[in-house]
Amino acid sequence: MNMHAQPQRTLAETALIDAFGERLSLLPGDGAVMVKRDDAIESIKHGLPTRRVESWHYTDLRRLLTSVPAFEADAIAKALEPVLDGSAVLPVLNGVSSAKVPEIEGVTVQRLSEKLTDGSVAPGLDRYGADDAIGALNTAFVADGYFVDIADRTELERPIELQNLQAGGQAHVRLLARVGAGAKAIIVERQAGAANEDGGALVSSVSQLVVGDGAEVTWLIVQEQPDTATHLAQFKAHIGKDAKLTLFVMNAGGKLVRQEVVVRTTGEGADFKLRGINLLAGDTHTDTTMVLDHAVPHTASTEVIRNVVTGKARGVFQGRINVHQYAQKTNAKMACNTLLLSDEGEFSTKPELEIFADDVVCGHGATVTEIDHNHLFYLMARGIDEKAARGLLVKAFVAEVIEELDDEALVDALEARLDGWFLTHG
Amino acid sequence: MLEIKNLHARIVEDGTEIIRGLNLTVKAGEVAAIMGPNGSGKSTLSYILAGREDYEVTEGDILYNGQSILEMDPAERATAGIFLAFQYPMEIPGVATMEFLKVAMNEQRKARGEEPLKVPEFLKRVKEAAASLNMDMNMLKRPLNVGFSGGEKKRAEILQMKLLEPKLCVLDETDSGLDIDALKIVADGVNALRSPERAIVVITHYQRLLEHIVPDSVHVLYKGQVIKSGDKSLALDLETNGYAGVIGQAA
Repeated sequence: MNMHAQPQRTLAETALIDAFGERLSLLPGDGAVMVKRDDAIESIKHGLPTRRVESWHYTDLRRLLTSVPAFEADAIAKALEPVLDGSAVLPVLNGVSSAKVPEIEGVTVQRLSEKLTDGSVAPGLDRYGADDAIGALNTAFVADGYFVDIADRTELERPIELQNLQAGGQAHVRLLARVGAGAKAIIVERQAGAANEDGGALVSSVSQLVVGDGAEVTWLIVQEQPDTATHLAQFKAHIGKDAKLTLFVMNAGGKLVRQEVVVRTTGEGADFKLRGINLLAGDTHTDTTMVLDHAVPHTASTEVIRNVVTGKARGVFQGRINVHQYAQKTNAKMACNTLLLSDEGEFSTKPELEIFADDVVCGHGATVTEIDHNHLFYLMARGIDEKAARGLLVKAFVAEVIEELDDEALVDALEARLDGWFLTHG
Repeated sequence: MLEIKNLHARIVEDGTEIIRGLNLTVKAGEVAAIMGPNGSGKSTLSYILAGREDYEVTEGDILYNGQSILEMDPAERATAGIFLAFQYPMEIPGVATMEFLKVAMNEQRKARGEEPLKVPEFLKRVKEAAASLNMDMNMLKRPLNVGFSGGEKKRAEILQMKLLEPKLCVLDETDSGLDIDALKIVADGVNALRSPERAIVVITHYQRLLEHIVPDSVHVLYKGQVIKSGDKSLALDLETNGYAGVIGQAA
């Protein structure tokens, strides 16, 4: 997958290649799927990406992925209460979907293992570029997940929550969704697990979403992995004509995390919003990398990422916006703001705009700040002690992004997650 | 209640001395007005009373109910009953005003060993206080002071003062940026808080505010010192003759 093949394989690379040999007979898939798996493991044999690969510069996966746990068929995990009350929960426990899922009007749910067996999802298993290590890892090992089809003009009465939960071992999951023309949906992608005594889990999770013409989707990724887990995730979406996608990503856990966001506007009038919160503590390494293609004229996007860095945490945001030559009247704005609360923490941010059209409005900005002492003084002058005042201000910094969602149930639920994080890490 | 003795203070960052031997005593039940030209140290004095870290006391002492407050941080001073109504209240995006009020009231209650307020009681108190200041409750759903007009910010300060029920209120140019109607509402709010147990220090440029909040004593601050003290007639005298006369006498 990269030009700098390493002669000496790392422990993790060797473990992955060996695991593939052992797992192969257990993995579902027709001939077409198995060919994709072979291609994928071949690219891993060429070595995991290092910092010399530009898109992995700040997250040297080869160096950071120090070990790979064995598969644990009997690891325990059970479905969680959903983030949003009343959601229909579709759980994937230890990499296995449920045979019994709730009925949702206008929605067809299939287990991904069946779609792999019949080969109907084979085309979607292709990697999106030469450096797509997460896509390759997932394609090689993916065994289950869901395919959710929301019929045209269906307005979901309750949110759907896709849960990917595990307690150690490995899990490789795909979550596919098609939201039909004119439909409306709120979908939560929950990524979590229980800490395991034998070390951390290795999770790869790829979500693929097609937003039909005129549809409106809010997709929330809530990542709260235990601080021993490696979480490699990808969210890919196509947004159709006059369709709207709001993607909200909250990273609040994990040891080594990379969340890729790969979005393409495919119809005029498509609108994309990315809102991200990275709450980084301990010695986590958390990378959010976005590649957004404005591929047709008259599409708009805004991206706002807010980061709180404590302890020895390291964070990364790479935001790449490609405006194709044909994509006139594109309007894109990106901002990445970081609150650095410790001397040992760090955050790297890399905006990239590649613009081939000549009639567009594109901008980006990045800030790194500490707590505003004037604000702190004001709160303390009202009798709020220093710790509580700092807590309020840090929460305010990220809560701004949540409040923008403009849906009381969503805002309350996400702020509750936020409070939970501050309770344990504040 | 408040005794400031030979206070000297400077800006930490550049060492500029702003307060140069200031003496002032304010008794419980008293409303003291502090007047003075620009740059005389009025706002600095208010910040020092509240405990802002940008200033350093180099000499003298501030006694509140007989005890020095110099070692107390702003939160400790506030829970002890000292309140500063800011000249320029801070806009704090992301902190909802109601949430802030609840946290502030309950933190102060906690520090005094009282139970936190139950939600209905809290709402009742806020509604009553807001109504008395002619404030729209919708305003309080917004982030703290964000997008508030100058007058709205000043009212919000008085609202906080009413809810927190401090013993020593310091009002830093609360009249600036207020039209005459708003001034009257704010002054009524302050007057309602006058009580034999409470001292109020009103810092202002102009006599105008003192027509509505009639002071018991007036002190002229110049170059970091109180150069003249008197009763309310001193404020009228300043209005007519300006500061030049008083400054000339002192020099």
